[in-house]
Amino acid sequence: MLLQKADVLPLRSDEDVVRARHAVRDRAAKLGFSLIDQTKMVTAASELARNTVLHGGGGEVTIEVLRHDERIGLRLTFEDHGPGIPDVELALRDGYSTGTGLGLGLSGSRRLMNEFEIRSAPGEGTRVCVTRWK
Amino acid sequence: MERIPILKMGDNLLVTIQVDMHDRLAMNLQDDLTNRISAEGSRGVLIDISALDMVDSFIGRTLGDIAAIASVLDAVTVLVGMRPAVAITLVELGLSLTGVRTALDVEKGMALIRRSIATEAPDALAEG
Repeated sequence: MLLQKADVLPLRSDEDVVRARHAVRDRAAKLGFSLIDQTKMVTAASELARNTVLHGGGGEVTIEVLRHDERIGLRLTFEDHGPGIPDVELALRDGYSTGTGLGLGLSGSRRLMNEFEIRSAPGEGTRVCVTRWK
Repeated sequence: MERIPILKMGDNLLVTIQVDMHDRLAMNLQDDLTNRISAEGSRGVLIDISALDMVDSFIGRTLGDIAAIASVLDAVTVLVGMRPAVAITLVELGLSLTGVRTALDVEKGMALIRRSIATEAPDALAEG
């Protein structure tokens, strides 16, 4: 079940990545996530937001608060309409990089969150949806 | 352009990162530190990250690159003040910052720089 209205933030520049980090930190802190959980979510958000800006040519992030039974979760969805990822399996491996980064963005943020879903098609863009439960 | 200030303390440079760095700001810091180490002939670089509430792979890589560049320019880099939650997250992310020396606080970091320079000196004499 979705609680509260979702926040949608644009991701077009370095500064937008920082704004997305702050928005995730605020939401996670207000929901009462531990400091370590907050840090993991903010770090995953930073990695995925950077991917959206650098590889997706920009896009947006949607921040939603979920309730499932008694549990509260924070879901982040990163969406772009860029070139897409030809081989998602390969892109999820540690160290896979298209050149500039360390290749930890996707694989690392997957480890930092409880749920991780990626959908990508060449020419259509990429959608990464991650959730962490309290 | 936005810059992170670099302070000179004797033979060493001191940087306290107090803002949430976007990628360009991190790159500027790398460039500025490289230029200052070279211009001042600095022996040590101390980077205080106690105000940072997250270090992602880009910032982590930049800190590692700064340490590597400084080392080539004959300076020792010590990273101090990493918060426990940041350390846990970094390791889980898959970044272990090998090659970057760390200390718990500024005082211990300065002591580490002094020791590192002192132990390097006899080797330099022996080789020369």
